Amino acid sequence: MSESDNWFMSELETRGVSRRDFMGYCSAVAAVLALPRTAAARIAAQIQATEKPVLVWLEFQDCAGNTESFLRASRPTAAQVVLDTLSVDYHETIMAAAGHQAEEALANTVKEKAGGYIAVVEGSIPTGAGGAYCTIGGRSALQIAREVCGGAAATIAMGTCATFGGLPAAAPNPTGALGVADAVPGVKDLINLSACPANVENLTALIVYFLTFKRWPPLDAWRRPLFAYGKSIHDNCERRAHFDAGQYVEAWGDDAHRTGYCLYKMGCKGPVTFQNCPNVRWNEGTNWPIGCGHPCIGCAEPDFWDKMTPFYAHLSGVPGFGVASSVDKVGFWATVGVGAAFAAHGFVSLGKRWWLAEHHPAAREAAEEAQRRADDGQKGGQQ
Amino acid sequence: MTHIVVDPVTRIEGHLRIEAEVDGGAVREAWSSSTMFRGVELILKGRDPRDAWAFTQRICGVCTTVHAIASIRAVENAIGATPPPNARLLRNLIIASQCVQDHVIHFYHLHALDWVDIVSALKADPAKTATLAQSISDWPLSSPTYFAAVQNRVKNFVERGQLGPFANAYWGHSAYKLPAEANLMAVAHYLEALEWQREVIKIHAVLGGKNPHLQGFLVGGMATPVDPDKQASINMGSIAGMRGLIAKARDFVARVYIPDLLAVASFYKDWAGYGGGVGNYLVYGEYPEDDTAQAKLFLPAGVIRNKDLSTVEPFDPQKITEQVKHSWYDYAGGDDDGLHPFSGETSPNYTGPEPPYERLNTDEKYSWLKSPRYDGEPMEVGPLSRMLVAYASGHPRVQELVGTVLEKLQVGPEALFSTLGRVAARGIETLVLAEHMESWLDELAANMQQDLRIHDNDKWDPSSWPKECSGAGFHEAPRGALGHWVHIKDGAIQNYQCIVPSTWNAGPRDAAGRRGPYEEALLGTPVADAEKPLEILRTVHSFDPCMACGVHVVDTKRREIARVRVP
Repeated sequence: MSESDNWFMSELETRGVSRRDFMGYCSAVAAVLALPRTAAARIAAQIQATEKPVLVWLEFQDCAGNTESFLRASRPTAAQVVLDTLSVDYHETIMAAAGHQAEEALANTVKEKAGGYIAVVEGSIPTGAGGAYCTIGGRSALQIAREVCGGAAATIAMGTCATFGGLPAAAPNPTGALGVADAVPGVKDLINLSACPANVENLTALIVYFLTFKRWPPLDAWRRPLFAYGKSIHDNCERRAHFDAGQYVEAWGDDAHRTGYCLYKMGCKGPVTFQNCPNVRWNEGTNWPIGCGHPCIGCAEPDFWDKMTPFYAHLSGVPGFGVASSVDKVGFWATVGVGAAFAAHGFVSLGKRWWLAEHHPAAREAAEEAQRRADDGQKGGQQ
Repeated sequence: MTHIVVDPVTRIEGHLRIEAEVDGGAVREAWSSSTMFRGVELILKGRDPRDAWAFTQRICGVCTTVHAIASIRAVENAIGATPPPNARLLRNLIIASQCVQDHVIHFYHLHALDWVDIVSALKADPAKTATLAQSISDWPLSSPTYFAAVQNRVKNFVERGQLGPFANAYWGHSAYKLPAEANLMAVAHYLEALEWQREVIKIHAVLGGKNPHLQGFLVGGMATPVDPDKQASINMGSIAGMRGLIAKARDFVARVYIPDLLAVASFYKDWAGYGGGVGNYLVYGEYPEDDTAQAKLFLPAGVIRNKDLSTVEPFDPQKITEQVKHSWYDYAGGDDDGLHPFSGETSPNYTGPEPPYERLNTDEKYSWLKSPRYDGEPMEVGPLSRMLVAYASGHPRVQELVGTVLEKLQVGPEALFSTLGRVAARGIETLVLAEHMESWLDELAANMQQDLRIHDNDKWDPSSWPKECSGAGFHEAPRGALGHWVHIKDGAIQNYQCIVPSTWNAGPRDAAGRRGPYEEALLGTPVADAEKPLEILRTVHSFDPCMACGVHVVDTKRREIARVRVP
């Protein structure tokens, strides 16, 4: 038994986590990653055998929402163990040191673990006003990002601000905010976890994947792991049957809303948003946005603050009965049983593309782009 | 005279820089600077007012509900929408659970390490720790075995040599006064609170789909349907689940947080003499108890000046202004005037040093925060202000708890105007809310038996709105008084302004040279070792800074619309 195994198992023991619980956790991670259950043993072995990896967490033009998401990791108790098995050497929101002692801790890691640490970035990087829109310890976000991400083994952009610029980059982008990929091009092994905030279960799964396989998972064209961004919200939505059946919420609090019908007409962006929200859900699987009765706002997609707004306009973007009537037709056909086969995924995808193309060029582009991305990503994964 | 720079101030939300002059072992002058800026209000211009809450919500992911609440209230005020009773109750539950969870996280995870020496906990006797813990609370996790296990866990951690977030801190500093056993007890509860916060905040997932960034808000009501008999609604099962979460929240607050607070405070009573600040307290009030426009508020609004608890002035929104004399903005009419948010005019103009820099020029402009003033005066906002106004207004439970805390610590009411007073007030508020929350749940359960409305549908369509209208939304966020002001024309946002708790507290000097609350509170704060300014963190953290909230303003004039490609 190696030394690292000892500390790991003693860590589990002092937390009251049995080996059985831990294996259960590894199975859960395998499921998130869409791996066979047999992968759990390998995941467990790798986590135990690995030296405690070092992580530094940078916050730039952020709201700390991803940090809060990180603090909610808890499925099951062993997940916390996995996160604790990282040495978080720098994280402004939680670290004890402040001021130059904090900056020294970061400088030490960048120097001593050069090329060996993982950098997590939260928040966008402003390029306007010579970098003065975000400084830490007198240095600009861009200066810090170049140095820290430049020396990292890999960089994880956590949340839509760090991946695509997010809220600060929404039109008219007053501060020249960019995501990591654009602000610091050429960063080694950049992984994007978009969403506002990113779901911590996907961060955990990503890190475990890396520790287990010593490589990063297949990514889509936006450098997002396919295990979490490979399918649309719509395809996995628990209310999908109501969409197919043409059963829609028409007003907040109406019988359809209380019964849990499809939120498409209320503006749901699930059909053009790629993320595993419906499967993984939030806060230990307690709920998710559509589950609480509000439409998806498309927060995992690039420029969603501009492309997905107004949030309550259904995807046609046309008031009244533009696309909605088409959807009613789709629903009608499905209900009268023009063919049970049509209710299956293929038909609705086809139907979706048809009405999008018919009525809303922007939505069509978004859908096509998403489709391309998924196709590209799958190809990337096979290579 | 030694010049100290603390940047970054850690264990806060956002980016804060403190510069201070230290002489004779105490702070003689201080400057508070915010070093990050996004421009959310400009981004809102021209957009659908019903979308605004989601944008403003992203001002902060820690107090992840507050800008959504203030935004929907501002738009409702403008368009004349009236949320039905269920929506009010759902919101009260969301607001209170945010406040309770946030205050506990602040005490244990953001503030405790200023008072608790983790390394000292290694020297504690677990048996004596158990005796201490059992003497202050009947919380069951208090056996010698339990504390030995916690100590062992910390020991393993330290011995591995990878201290992670606890590296390079001020362990062993002479200002740490707790005995080793109290340190060990606090470390155990730091870890327990980490588990607790994850669990209790599930109430937000029930009510808003997820936390952080709940998604159940709507202008005119809530998107969360209620129906006792439907699976996809808040039903009697959800009520029972939330009742359990509220009980869990209340239990930890009453049996762990409050006893810990009193135990820790008893070793730091000298901190009742530091950190007083500006002595003016502003509260907008929160938790409407009925559905009228002038609803009675569970925590009252009011203004206290010059630490005078005998008089609570009514709050008048017209008296709010913002100044930019020391902020990186210009006013067209000159920087010496204050402007009301409805006529707010702000053009960013960075005149500070080019990064990387060592020092700010504090004689000139030195912060991205503006300086809000009430009737021309700087005001402190937050739990201390709320508890003082409630106390002085005769809130029975607040009066009772303030009395108990003062008695246990054997200090007079003047002790409230201090760093320690801020810490104590936050604890008192947490308990008051944790105790009261269930009554809103009961009311919701009763109301949904005959009323399923969650939304004012009549005001949803923009065609039902006035062609042009303005509104203000007021809210008590965990960190204090929050206001949003919106002007709507032809169904689109014409102008949007926020004045945020951390802007009130962390703002720079005004045109008259009067310091902001952080700056004033730091004066006289002792500093034993200028290289390790632990005491500065104590006073600054007692306000619970939330800097991303504080900085948000930008105007169309002279802004830099640059999507600069950096080589």
